Amino acid sequence: MSLGTDQLKNELLDTGMTVDDIKNRVFVWVILAASLLGVVALALLIVDVIYEAYIGYREFDIRPAQFLTQSGSRTPSQAGFLAAMVATAWLMVLTAALAFFVGVGSAIYLEEYAPDNRITRLIEANLSNLAGVPSIVYGLLVLAAIVNGIGLGPILLSGAIALALLIMPIIIVSAQEALRAVPDSVRNGSLATGATQWQTIRRVVLPSAMPGILTGTILALARAVGETAPLIMVGALFTARAPPGPLNRFSAMPTQIYTWAAEPSQHFIHLAAAGIVVLLVVMLTMNGVAIYLRNKFETEV
Amino acid sequence: MATDTSDSLITTDVSSTETGRGKVPDETVVASSNLDVYYGTDQALEDVSIEIPEHKVTAIIGPSGCGKSTFLRCINRMNDQIPACTVDGELRFHSTDVYDEAVDPVALRRKIGMVFQKPNPFPKSIYDNVAYGLRVQGKAVTDEIVEEALRGAALWDEVSDQLEESGLELSGGQQQRLCIARAIAPDPEVILMDEPASALDPVATSKIEDLIADLADEYTVVIVTHNMQQAARISDKTAVFLTGGRLVEFDDTQKVFENPQHQRVEDYITGKFG
Repeated sequence: MSLGTDQLKNELLDTGMTVDDIKNRVFVWVILAASLLGVVALALLIVDVIYEAYIGYREFDIRPAQFLTQSGSRTPSQAGFLAAMVATAWLMVLTAALAFFVGVGSAIYLEEYAPDNRITRLIEANLSNLAGVPSIVYGLLVLAAIVNGIGLGPILLSGAIALALLIMPIIIVSAQEALRAVPDSVRNGSLATGATQWQTIRRVVLPSAMPGILTGTILALARAVGETAPLIMVGALFTARAPPGPLNRFSAMPTQIYTWAAEPSQHFIHLAAAGIVVLLVVMLTMNGVAIYLRNKFETEV
Repeated sequence: MATDTSDSLITTDVSSTETGRGKVPDETVVASSNLDVYYGTDQALEDVSIEIPEHKVTAIIGPSGCGKSTFLRCINRMNDQIPACTVDGELRFHSTDVYDEAVDPVALRRKIGMVFQKPNPFPKSIYDNVAYGLRVQGKAVTDEIVEEALRGAALWDEVSDQLEESGLELSGGQQQRLCIARAIAPDPEVILMDEPASALDPVATSKIEDLIADLADEYTVVIVTHNMQQAARISDKTAVFLTGGRLVEFDDTQKVFENPQHQRVEDYITGKFG
């Protein structure tokens, strides 16, 4: 047996650019450009917003220290973002509290207890549908059922209910995925050691799934933090002062930005730009925490 | 070669001379009679009758798909986890019918521990893995019990200074012995082992085998294995399941391997099929 005949050598030699080689390279560039489009768009957006906020600082004297410590005002030079930030903090806490337990509870039922029958499949199919419902519809629902229906009024709690309904399907689906990722061998090990099903879930399954559940919840909250439409429907518009509690009227960060952006005065529009910077920082921080959590626990398991 | 099954299937009065265990007549711990198991419409076990003696190692061997794991999972009702699984016939643990409606499978599993094919420690510390059974069963957790269980599983010397580290950081063989420690810590009567060494290297396997011999002093061990040499080395009794989920031969291990009563069992043991 002779190694490497001349014919084989010729086949292996690089014969220069063929049409297929060119197609190959062009295609790589095309899909690379496609994937960069999103990054470029985000970069442009951030640059634009920061630039507008900078103009606000130069021309209208919007200083971060005042902007972050003053509440709303009809006078642009007196207006700040504090009331909206406090309201958003309230909203996030209430939304998380409302959506987390119901969402994780549903996920546990669907993954660990529910028999594989028609009702279960119906629930799961509808969860995917719910996740795709436009957010304004949740606002309308809460407006009809909660704000007017039971007469709760356009208060912070109503807004939190709307946001909780909005993100609940996302939390359920991500919690289901986290529970599904826990291997059955671990469940069997627990059951065979004499644990009840609830002990198995409580002591073994949930702790293993918790990083995934938390990541999904934070990502869902990061989506809720920027939601404007449902809050407008619920009745969150301009208020001058920070809401002292969940039963007060409010305007959150996105609705405050919306109100400012709709003003004719350039001063208000640049206040909106400054508000967007704060909102983006909060949102990106939440996403960052979620990604950090996911990577941390992924490498551990 | 094949003789009438009725007198060769169950012979509990002769004990293995090799292990020297059980000079006294054997007490039956687990007994099945006419046990049928179905997965949906597929029959996994057919008419299995067996009496498993106390403080012995009973090996269950047979080719793939012969129902040996199914039988094992019937004993502690882990088959309940499979919705399509139905069980017919009788399976007794001492005098209690395991499939009686009044029997709580959780309570049953507290008496019958199990070790699985693939080591499945919890993502917890070594200590918490061992203490798990005690905690869920509401028993007191003491360092002594944990140490005793780890010694019983021949793992103590290797992990005594790292009890707070994760059980997942141990090697495969150590993980499997950790699972054995987890199973024996709440002090069950019976330990079921489903091919406990099949995912391990030869050194770890021989450690597990040595351990099984020691376990029989305190527990009744039922072990499923596809490795006939392993069954011959470690068991007192051997049950041979053949295709179709039938128990074809059950006798002292020595007898089964040296003088099987059925031609098909002899063919299987000598490697003609399976």
